[in-house]
Amino acid sequence: MNLGAFAPILAMLVLAAAFAVLSIVVSAFLAPHRPTRAKYSAYESGVEPGRLPQGERYPVKFYLTAMLFVVFDVEVIFLYPWAVVFRQLGVFGLVQMGIFVGLILIAYIYDWKRGGLEWD
Amino acid sequence: MHPLAQATTQPLPLPEVDWRAIAPELALAVAGVVLLLVVAFWPRAGRGVLAGLTLAGLAAAAALTVWNWDLERVAFEGAVSLDGITRYARAVLLAVGALATLMVAQGDSREGEPDDSPPEVFPLLLFALLGMVLLAAASDLLVVFIALEILSLSLYVMAGETRRLAAQEAAMKYFLLGAFSSAFLLYGIALCYGATGSTNLLEIADATGDPTADGTLLLAGVGLLAVGFLFKVSAVPFHMWTPDVYQGTPTPVAAFMAAATKVAGFAVFLRVFAGALGGLVVSWRPVIAGAAVLTMLVGAALAVVQTDLKRMLAYSSISHAGYLLVGVAAAATVPAGVSASMFYLLTYAFMVMGAFMVVQYVSRLGPPDDDAIGERSSLEDYRGLARRHPWAAGLLAVFMLALTGIPPLSGFWAKYYVFLAGIEAGLTWLVVVAVISSVISAFFYLRVLVVAYLQEPVGDPGAETAPGRTPALGVALGLAGLLTVAIGLAPEALIAAARSAERILG
Repeated sequence: MNLGAFAPILAMLVLAAAFAVLSIVVSAFLAPHRPTRAKYSAYESGVEPGRLPQGERYPVKFYLTAMLFVVFDVEVIFLYPWAVVFRQLGVFGLVQMGIFVGLILIAYIYDWKRGGLEWD
Repeated sequence: MHPLAQATTQPLPLPEVDWRAIAPELALAVAGVVLLLVVAFWPRAGRGVLAGLTLAGLAAAAALTVWNWDLERVAFEGAVSLDGITRYARAVLLAVGALATLMVAQGDSREGEPDDSPPEVFPLLLFALLGMVLLAAASDLLVVFIALEILSLSLYVMAGETRRLAAQEAAMKYFLLGAFSSAFLLYGIALCYGATGSTNLLEIADATGDPTADGTLLLAGVGLLAVGFLFKVSAVPFHMWTPDVYQGTPTPVAAFMAAATKVAGFAVFLRVFAGALGGLVVSWRPVIAGAAVLTMLVGAALAVVQTDLKRMLAYSSISHAGYLLVGVAAAATVPAGVSASMFYLLTYAFMVMGAFMVVQYVSRLGPPDDDAIGERSSLEDYRGLARRHPWAAGLLAVFMLALTGIPPLSGFWAKYYVFLAGIEAGLTWLVVVAVISSVISAFFYLRVLVVAYLQEPVGDPGAETAPGRTPALGVALGLAGLLTVAIGLAPEALIAAARSAERILG
C-alpha cells in the first residue's frame, strides 16, 4: 500500500501542532501582563467556578440535555448530504430519510412523555 | 464545472433493498419501537402486557426466520449474508430471548423496591436481540461494528436497570470496558481496510490470498479484531469484567448476557476468523489456541474458589468460552468445527439460562433484604434446597450436571462434538487441556449440589414464602430443563441442522 498518499495529512498534523505550540510560546513572551478583576471573571454568561456539592457530583439532567442536543445536532448534519443529492435519490432517499427522522422522532416522543425534558 | 456540481447531476446508483433478507431483524426493530411507544404513552402497563407484546414480537421474528430458512444468499451488496450460521444463530437467539423475557416478566418485586426494573427493559431486550441477530448475519466489518454497538448499548443500560448498588457498578464497569474493546475492534477494522481495501468479508477473504497485499498491516488488524471479539465473549486475558458484571447485574439480564452475547459473539467470530480469514489460519490459530488454553484453565481454576453462585457461573461461562474457542481454532480447517461450535452454543445457552433461573428463584426466598448491595446469591442460601424446594433443587441438579458435561444431558454432546472437531483438526493437545479443565470444573458444579442436597437448611424452612406471583419463571425453568434433557437424549436432529451451517457464505 502506498503510504505516500497520506503525506499531506501528516504535514497538516505537524503544521497544526507547531502552530498551536508556537502561538502559546510567542504570546507568553510578547503579550503585556496587566490583570484586572474583569479579566479574571467568568467569560460572558458563564457560571462562577467553584466546588460542586456532594463530592463533585452533578445532576444527570445536564448529561441528558447534552445528549438530546447532540442527537438532533447529528441528525441535522446527516440531512445536509441528502439535501445535496436530493433530486437524484428521489423517492428512495425520501423514504430512507423518513425512516431515519421518524425513528429519532419516536425517541424524542418517548423522552418527552417519560419526563426527560422536565428539569425538576 | 465544479466537482460538487458535477457530482450532483450525475445519476446515482440506488442500492437494492432486500427486505426479505432482513425480515426477522425488521420485526424485532418494529416490535422494539412499538414497545417504546407503549411505555411512553402507557407507563402503568402491567408487566404481563409488556411481556406478551415482547413475546409476540419474538414470535413474529421466529416465523419470519422459518420463512427464510432455505434462503441462502448475500444481500445488501455483501453486507448481510444468509447462510447456515445466520439461521441457526437466529433460531437460538430468539429462543433465548423468549426465555429471558419470561425471566424479566417474573416481576415479583413491588414498585420502588430495589429489585424493581423499569418497563424499558422489554424494548431494550428487543433492541439487544436485534443487534445480536444482525451480528450473526453481518458479512461486512462495518455492519459487524454497528450490530455490536446496538447490542452493547442496550446491554449497558439493561445491566443497571435496578437500583441495587451492585447493578449500578456492574453497568458502569461493563460500559467503560465495553467502550474500550469497541475501540480496539474499530481500530482492527480500520487496519484491515487499510491492508485489503475493503471492509467486506468476501473481499477480505480474496485479499488474504493476494501476495502483494500488506501482510503486516493485515495481521495487526486481525490481532486487534481478535482482541475485540475475545473481550465480547469474555475470554482470558480479557475476562476481568465478567465476574463483577454477572454478579452485580440483575439475574435475568446476567442470564441473557451469558447466553445470548456468547451466541452472537461466537457466530461472528466463526464467520470472520474461520470464514473470511481462513486463509491466514496459520497466523491466528496459535493465538486463538493460546487464548483457549488460558480461558479454560483460568476460568475453571478461579470458579473453584467462589462462594457466590452468580460469580461462580460467571467464571464457568469464561471456561465454556474456552471450549468454544477450541471449536473456533478447529473451524478454519475442519468444517465440523463450525457445526460443533454452533451446537455447543445452542446447548450452552439453555443450560446457563436455566442455572441463572434457579439463582433468580432462590434469590427471592426468605425475608427481603432491601439494604443489601446485591441480590442474594451466596452459596449459603442453597443449603438444604432439596428439602425446602425439591423441584428447584432437581432442576439445579440437571443444569449443573449438564454444565459439567455428564451424559446423557446436552452438555456432554456439546463437549463431545467440539473435542472431536479439535482432534480432527490436529489439536489433540488442546483437547487434552480441555478435558483437564472439565475435570476441574466438575468440582465446583458438584459442590453446589452437595450444598443443596446433603447439607441441612438454616433457619425455619416453613417460614419461607414461595416466590413469584406469576408463573413466568416456572414456565421458563420448565422449558430450559426440558430442552437440556431433550437435547441430551436426541442430539442428532440438532447436530444435523448445525451441519448445514458449515458452509460459510462470507
